[in-house]
Amino acid sequence: MNITVKINGKSYSHEVEPRLLLIHYIREVVGLTGSHVGCETSLCGACTVELNGKAIKSCTMFAVQANGASIVTIEGLATDGRLHPMQEAFWNEHGLQCGFCTPGMIMASKQILDHNAAPTEEEIRHGLEGNVCRCTGYQHIVNAVKTAAAGAGK
Amino acid sequence: MATTTMTQTETLVGKRVRRREDPRLITGTATYVEDIQMPGMHYAVIVRSPHAAAKIRSINTKQAGAAPGVMAVFTGKDTAKVGPVPCGASLPGLRVPHHHILATDRVYYVGHPVAVVIATDRYLARDAADLVEVDYEVLPAVSDPEKAQAKGAPAVHPEWPDNIAFNFHQEGGEVDKAFAGADVVVKQRITSQRLIPMAMETRGVVAEWHGADRQLNLYTSTQVPHLVRTLVAMMLGLEENRMRVITPEVGGGFGSKLNIYAEEALMGFVAMKINKPVKWIESRRENFMCTIHGRGHVDFYEVAAKRDGTIVGIKLKIIQDLGAYHQLLTPLIPTLSVLMMPGVYRTRNVRADIVGVFTNCMPTDAYRGAGRPEATHGIERMVDILAAELKMDPADIRLKNFIGKDEFPYQTGTGLMYDSGDYAAPLKKALDKVGYVKLRLEQADARKQGKWMGIGISTYGEICAIGPSPATPAGGWESATVKIDPSGKVTVMTGACPHGQGEETTFAQIAADELGVGIDDVLVIRGDTAIVQYGIGTFGSRATAVGGAALYYALQDLKAKIKKFGAMLLESEDVTFTGGQVVCNRTGKSKPVAEIAAASYRALKLPPGTEPGLFATRFWEPPNFTFPFGAHIVVSEIDGETGEIKIRRYVAVDDCGNMINPLLVEGQVHGGVAQGLGQALWEQVVYDDNGQLVTGELMDYAVPRAHMMPWIETDHTTTPSPVNPLGVKGVGEAGTIGCSPAVVNSVVDALSPLGVRHIDMPLTPEKIWKLMAGGK
Repeated sequence: MNITVKINGKSYSHEVEPRLLLIHYIREVVGLTGSHVGCETSLCGACTVELNGKAIKSCTMFAVQANGASIVTIEGLATDGRLHPMQEAFWNEHGLQCGFCTPGMIMASKQILDHNAAPTEEEIRHGLEGNVCRCTGYQHIVNAVKTAAAGAGK
Repeated sequence: MATTTMTQTETLVGKRVRRREDPRLITGTATYVEDIQMPGMHYAVIVRSPHAAAKIRSINTKQAGAAPGVMAVFTGKDTAKVGPVPCGASLPGLRVPHHHILATDRVYYVGHPVAVVIATDRYLARDAADLVEVDYEVLPAVSDPEKAQAKGAPAVHPEWPDNIAFNFHQEGGEVDKAFAGADVVVKQRITSQRLIPMAMETRGVVAEWHGADRQLNLYTSTQVPHLVRTLVAMMLGLEENRMRVITPEVGGGFGSKLNIYAEEALMGFVAMKINKPVKWIESRRENFMCTIHGRGHVDFYEVAAKRDGTIVGIKLKIIQDLGAYHQLLTPLIPTLSVLMMPGVYRTRNVRADIVGVFTNCMPTDAYRGAGRPEATHGIERMVDILAAELKMDPADIRLKNFIGKDEFPYQTGTGLMYDSGDYAAPLKKALDKVGYVKLRLEQADARKQGKWMGIGISTYGEICAIGPSPATPAGGWESATVKIDPSGKVTVMTGACPHGQGEETTFAQIAADELGVGIDDVLVIRGDTAIVQYGIGTFGSRATAVGGAALYYALQDLKAKIKKFGAMLLESEDVTFTGGQVVCNRTGKSKPVAEIAAASYRALKLPPGTEPGLFATRFWEPPNFTFPFGAHIVVSEIDGETGEIKIRRYVAVDDCGNMINPLLVEGQVHGGVAQGLGQALWEQVVYDDNGQLVTGELMDYAVPRAHMMPWIETDHTTTPSPVNPLGVKGVGEAGTIGCSPAVVNSVVDALSPLGVRHIDMPLTPEKIWKLMAGGK
């Protein structure tokens, strides 16, 4: 099947097998390897990308289902060489260690603030439920989302 | 020559410097094994046994071999000459089963690799793997280490029908006398369940063979690249210098990548056979089945004490569930529990027996803490049980039994020499921080109102900076190289191969301070055996305490050389090296490091007896382990209707010696606590009686998520270690080790009015609810 998708503002057109997973399309066909495969069952969130403005798990969606969609991956967050405030906040607050969950975690965190500019700690934790981090114990990630929210509110 | 090096006046060690590895990680531009693509790359999918014990009658690979895109299928017959997966541990009388990289005539656990299918595309390889027909004769299996010792239990390895791999005994002091003279002896069976390390990045290997050069490049997600090189080269019969191991970004290890795995050798074998690069990426399901598990203890404790609470002796019997094979360190892990069994307490009368038992399960091995969480959980639970028996406050009984701060170095009954400590300090700090006295009053009130509130203390000690070479199976030293280029830029190469811990930052802090240069002028390189000198690796909270110390000494050598060149250039013997400059003490004239570096390579003139260039390597052998410690306090509330546990406060006061970067220390404590809490409350590997892995997916295995974690209040005391020049002790595992007993002690304390004395982990609501229902 031929699909056309916009990823990080750039249009891509490819002939793909109907069974090709979106994450494999993004990583291996388009060559954007920032989004990761952590579980293949939509339980860990390492593959989280933004599709038509909504954070989704790209490991349990077929590429053909994304035909015509507009996708943002971790690679698309920084603009003109400047980090997205959420990336900056993860860096400043030590919100990552091994970094494997980080792209998905940043995309999920961005989504939280897209819906709620000033989330409480509980709302942040709830918003991150679908993303597993095995390194940080989440506390510095929560701090990162809080600081990003505070920064955006200024 | 350009001299752009900035000199540094403000010191960086001890500061909360944000990490230098982060820009690539937060932008999605880091390279993990799965991100590697090569021309002509093929994909491997491994066919694994669905049975825990079975004979292989036959394997038919014809259909799979003829499937679209398939280049080759290999079975155990093809790989029989590849050396066995190595066990690095040697214990007297240890039975070591031959561990083929692919099963030959029999499988021993669910997930046992049986065949490998190689295709041009990962989807096609998976399709073809389903076409491999294996005819199994299913045999009875045993998955429980206690049942495995019963008469008539199925033999995991037919040659050893008792399923016992080894017995180990150690004792110190006068145990029988101590127990005979004791006023009270408390006994308890305590388990430390099997756990899945669950690094976010599963294992993965890319192998690339250059036949004409006899050169194998192996990209693998490991904590120990040099050990992989030595041992996998040996398995493949390849000269070690023809093998290069590259460890790109590693997405977490926690001990699970401190190993040599069948798949690493298998991919090397495949690449050499097909003459094409080959990639294997472990699925999450495989990761749960076929990457080592942790813990797996059944412990029987006896603690003898005087009526005033003085502990006079400890006896411990450990049943260690080994699984079907020994991985790299499998049998050694429970011996670390024995070393650590007295914890932070004074008694030297200790006796321990381990029986290592084979089961039809994935091997256990080092998982964050490796033997020390089990020991700490045991002794910290026993101290609480003793306190309850003697009606003493759990804080008081600990303070009574601590080794005093003036007793260090302290020789333990298990043969360790604790380096330094002040065990009362973190406990007192934690008690103050949590408001202990007030909390006890609140608890008394809560009980009157029928509420379940508990306060749990754990005061842990641990063994870090693994360790002096005679105490380790592969050398306990670590290496570091520092070189300064002609332009004055500094490169550090560490053999420790950190992977997420942040040494690209902390080692740069150390080097920048010592050399007086800006941190941006320092680059830390790790994880490529063709670039970095031989090293041991990152595990056992050793990277900074051993690897950082090696770096410190290499920096001293380099500074001495810089000083010599500086003296030559300044034409003065009376010089000082400070702030990135060699300064003449008489004239005040100075030469910056960059200019000295340029001169050292240009070599128009050399100081007497001095070689050109600025380069220093040190292999540092530590004289001892280090022994961090601390106190964790947990305040819990239990829902009487559901048995659900709420952690109201979590206070962690850790002493890891000097801190290079407190921000990163906090991160290590948080992450460690999360894994300890995972064990205490949620995580548990379940094999059914047939050896089927019931918890084979994230759906069935509960790792902590953001909403499950309490806020962790961290604090520190600082007792420098005398073992290394940095005074650091290590902190990678502290959180995990300190956590689980504090949680269980808290919940047992909450339920103590019901007469509850002990609960085994994980403390699931169901378990707690049943206890409460039974007590009503």
